[in-house]
Amino acid sequence: MKRSEIRVLLIRAPGTNCDGETARSFRDLGVQAEVVHTQRVFREMNLLDYDILVVPGGFSYGDYVRSGAIWAKECEYRIGAELERFVDDGRPVLGICNGFQLLVEAGFLPGFEGRSRYPEAALADNATGGYQCRWIRVKHLNRGNCNLTNEIPRDAVLRLPVAHGEGRFVFPREREDEYLQRLYDNDQLVFRYVKADGSFAEGEAFHNPNGAWHDIAGICNPEGNVLGMMPHPERAYFGWLTPYWTREEAPPRYGDGRLVLESVVRYVERRF
Amino acid sequence: MRRVARSPHPFEHFTVHLKGAGDDELREIAAALGLGLSLEEMRAIRDHYAAVGRDASDVELQTYDQTWSEHCFHKTFKGVIETPWGIVDGLLRTYIRRVVEELRPDWCLSVFEDNAGIVDLEGEHAVAIKVETHNHPSAIEPFGGAATGTGGVIRDILGVWADPIACTDVLCFGPLDLSYEALPEGVKHPAYLFRGVVAGIGAYGNNIGLPTVNGAVYFDEDYTGNVVVYAGCVGLLKKSRYARNVRPGDWVVLAGGRTGLDGIHGVTFASAELTEESEEVSRPAVQIPNPIEEEKIKRAVSRISEEALGSGITDLGGGGLSCAVCESADTHALGAEVQLEKVPLRYPEMAPWEIWISESQERMCLAVPPRNLDRVLQIFEDEQVEATPIGRFTGERVVRVYCGGALVAELELDALFNPPRVRRSTSWRPPRLEEPTFPRPGDLGETLKRLLAAPNIASREAVIRSYDHEVKGGTVVKPLQGWNAGPNDAAVLKPLEDSWRGVSISCGMNPRYGKIDPYWMAASAIDEAVRNNVAVGGRRIALLDNFTWGNPEREDRLGGLVHACRACYDVAKAYGTPFISGKDSLYNESPLGPVAPTLLITALGIVPDIRRAVTMDLKREGDAVYLIGQTRPELGGSEYYRLMGFLGASVPRLEIGEAAEAYGLLTSAIDAGLVRACHDLSEGGLGVAAAEMAFTGGLGLELSLASVPAETGMRDDVILFSESNSRLLVEVPPGRRSSFEEMMGGSVFARVGAVTGEERLTVTGHGGVVIDLPLHELMAAWKTPLGGSA
Repeated sequence: MKRSEIRVLLIRAPGTNCDGETARSFRDLGVQAEVVHTQRVFREMNLLDYDILVVPGGFSYGDYVRSGAIWAKECEYRIGAELERFVDDGRPVLGICNGFQLLVEAGFLPGFEGRSRYPEAALADNATGGYQCRWIRVKHLNRGNCNLTNEIPRDAVLRLPVAHGEGRFVFPREREDEYLQRLYDNDQLVFRYVKADGSFAEGEAFHNPNGAWHDIAGICNPEGNVLGMMPHPERAYFGWLTPYWTREEAPPRYGDGRLVLESVVRYVERRF
Repeated sequence: MRRVARSPHPFEHFTVHLKGAGDDELREIAAALGLGLSLEEMRAIRDHYAAVGRDASDVELQTYDQTWSEHCFHKTFKGVIETPWGIVDGLLRTYIRRVVEELRPDWCLSVFEDNAGIVDLEGEHAVAIKVETHNHPSAIEPFGGAATGTGGVIRDILGVWADPIACTDVLCFGPLDLSYEALPEGVKHPAYLFRGVVAGIGAYGNNIGLPTVNGAVYFDEDYTGNVVVYAGCVGLLKKSRYARNVRPGDWVVLAGGRTGLDGIHGVTFASAELTEESEEVSRPAVQIPNPIEEEKIKRAVSRISEEALGSGITDLGGGGLSCAVCESADTHALGAEVQLEKVPLRYPEMAPWEIWISESQERMCLAVPPRNLDRVLQIFEDEQVEATPIGRFTGERVVRVYCGGALVAELELDALFNPPRVRRSTSWRPPRLEEPTFPRPGDLGETLKRLLAAPNIASREAVIRSYDHEVKGGTVVKPLQGWNAGPNDAAVLKPLEDSWRGVSISCGMNPRYGKIDPYWMAASAIDEAVRNNVAVGGRRIALLDNFTWGNPEREDRLGGLVHACRACYDVAKAYGTPFISGKDSLYNESPLGPVAPTLLITALGIVPDIRRAVTMDLKREGDAVYLIGQTRPELGGSEYYRLMGFLGASVPRLEIGEAAEAYGLLTSAIDAGLVRACHDLSEGGLGVAAAEMAFTGGLGLELSLASVPAETGMRDDVILFSESNSRLLVEVPPGRRSSFEEMMGGSVFARVGAVTGEERLTVTGHGGVVIDLPLHELMAAWKTPLGGSA
């Protein structure tokens, strides 16, 4: 598929607030990106007209209950079957921050046996004392299953920002080990928080900014076409957005976040 | 009460018979209706109704109360003040607005006219900025008070058709370690207020999706009874979309949240002193925040602006509908008719006056030509925002308010916007203060560490990280610099997708200097805001003034205010930095006395190419470090004196001409690419600034005090910690030294040090090394007190 023909749908709810910069980044990659209100998507749109679905960050409906939960329930109810078709078709779905929360709440992630009826994991409130806006490092661990990070070398460390109050990835305590094993068996682990030297954060604040279990920052589904991550690649897309650019003689053209979005686009380019 | 009679209408509505009312009766009427109007103002209203020959209604008197409040009308700043040095005919006109009137800069597009000041950015685009206070509500209910302060100032930006792009916040509290016994009845503990206010600002800004990019947190005993909360917002607009052409027949459209009983008499509350009973009496005056509602409104307003469907817009803030409708009508020399029964309510049984003045949040008032009404309502519906046409503008200079067909208020706008001018007098005298004498501390390294840990210097990381400062993907220079999170002097934003032009936002505030001399306090605040802006590469700077003062009816409070305003004119005029917007909050008094007189100066500059923006971290081993500006023995009100237990008298002054010249030259040096890092010297002086630059960059710094431009004989500790204005530290690559020195010309500057690869700060005084400390110790001292990540 030609890059210029790729259509990205960025769906937004009241309270979504990262749609602008996410769409801007995709457009810079040479694809078409449209931001559409969730009610319009429910009412009159066909998801299958699009090649990539992105759920951007924000506070959907205020996140007055667990983050992403209200919007996830609404999506399940209004377009649940359509979403499943989109995913079953192998088309990529990227959830960033609130989008990750939504994909977990709606049962698409980790999605061990396809979409689960109830969430199998949660993004709980940060163990680090509330909302955290900071740059962190994540290591890309995927062995090749995740189609949406194919362009990122294995063990590469990316510098990305997080900004959330509820980003602590957890499994039900009694199934932690079993689920982790499945993540490894299915090659669903994508990003883990690491320290400056590349070693795992091991839960240490603030290398791991939220206390996420096993330093998990992003995972994909077993099929590798649904990716959820807490860090914001769109906020690390251009070089001048990074916190280290003034140490260079001129800002680098791009930041590490571009690799993630470029991977998503490349996948569609190749596969369809 | 016999002068107040219930109307025959099926809702709560009263007529008030004012004709012939004596002073006692006027006072009684004001008390019965809960009005904050003075006797003189009540008399003026009585005389107006005698002239038009009818009784007043409760809705009308409430409207006068709102419109004439200090909060809405700024009576003191517009009034006549008798001083021992002559009559000041309006502080605003004489000192603040005059700067822009005399400078006449063509880049100032709207000053002191709208909800926000507007300056040129590039081509089609302009930038709007506004800073508000929300002190009283935050003292009663810190979370809601601070959150709605942020919400309110964001609506001010929407109120000039601009798309909000960033927020700022400056907060002042009592000492966090204050003992509970020291708190009088009705005053909440500073630690409680601190947590609540910070959480409130974060909750609003984060949830609505705006980065909070600049601010300050300040602690002083004089804020214990009067917490100060400044909230600011910056917006981007297209000049051609700035519509203000309301015509008779245009619809009054109310959009947003429903109207409820929260925020009744908010402006009256804001214009009175805080007392023991404030908690109980004024709790309903604090509004309830819902940022997601405002996020939706923001999207809809931006759409309506893009399609050029509205003819006017204003937010509902202080005074609610009453102020929004009457002020809009007045601005366009029109009148209006409003049907209150159309206003969507949260509670069914609200009286007309309550609907009319409620300050429920997240509401905007738009003027919409009839042909565009359907489209506007559709846009609001698409964003799931309730929007209702509640009336129309008319050609007559009267606002008529109806409820269920009955006329409940008829307001002649000429009378409403012509309150009696306030006359106040002052007899201010400078306080008698002494300069302390004490021996030089033996270990200046230890002193530096204690200063780095001082409440007004220590890292604000824990606060700043609880705000999203990167959302919208435009924050080029962030409030915290790099992985070590040092304090940048200003934020730089890149608002336009297809241009490298940026805006720089900084602030300045020196409340402790005000205890010594309000004139130099104000001068220092302006200098600090400007030099912070210059430090990152900003120029063509516009200023905003936000005064927080005590009761202006007390002569001693008012005198200081006049002096501070005088400095505003002198310095801003000489710097060529006009004021474009401002807001004052007076009557900040509590059982503990008046607030520390506080002037916040916000500076908005332009960075022509953000790729040239400068941050404060040292960057390369072997670079030279220069100090710009003269160091004087000015420690009055300094953090060093505070650490030593003194206030002192030698408040920092300002050599305006010298400073303006140096800033201009430094800007040229930045543009020429000669500057690798730049950091302003403020609280804690040279010592603190040098330490911050070193540990933020993770590089060592060797500093020689003998090289510092200063008069001879100054003690090492005075050179290190003096807070003289107009000084900056600059890192210059070795190959650029001569170009830099040439460029800085005749201004006061000297090479005072060098960047080293050893992670230590080494300071050599007149008698040898006085500080030699590893950076991690300095950084830990700075980061530990309020919490941060090392």
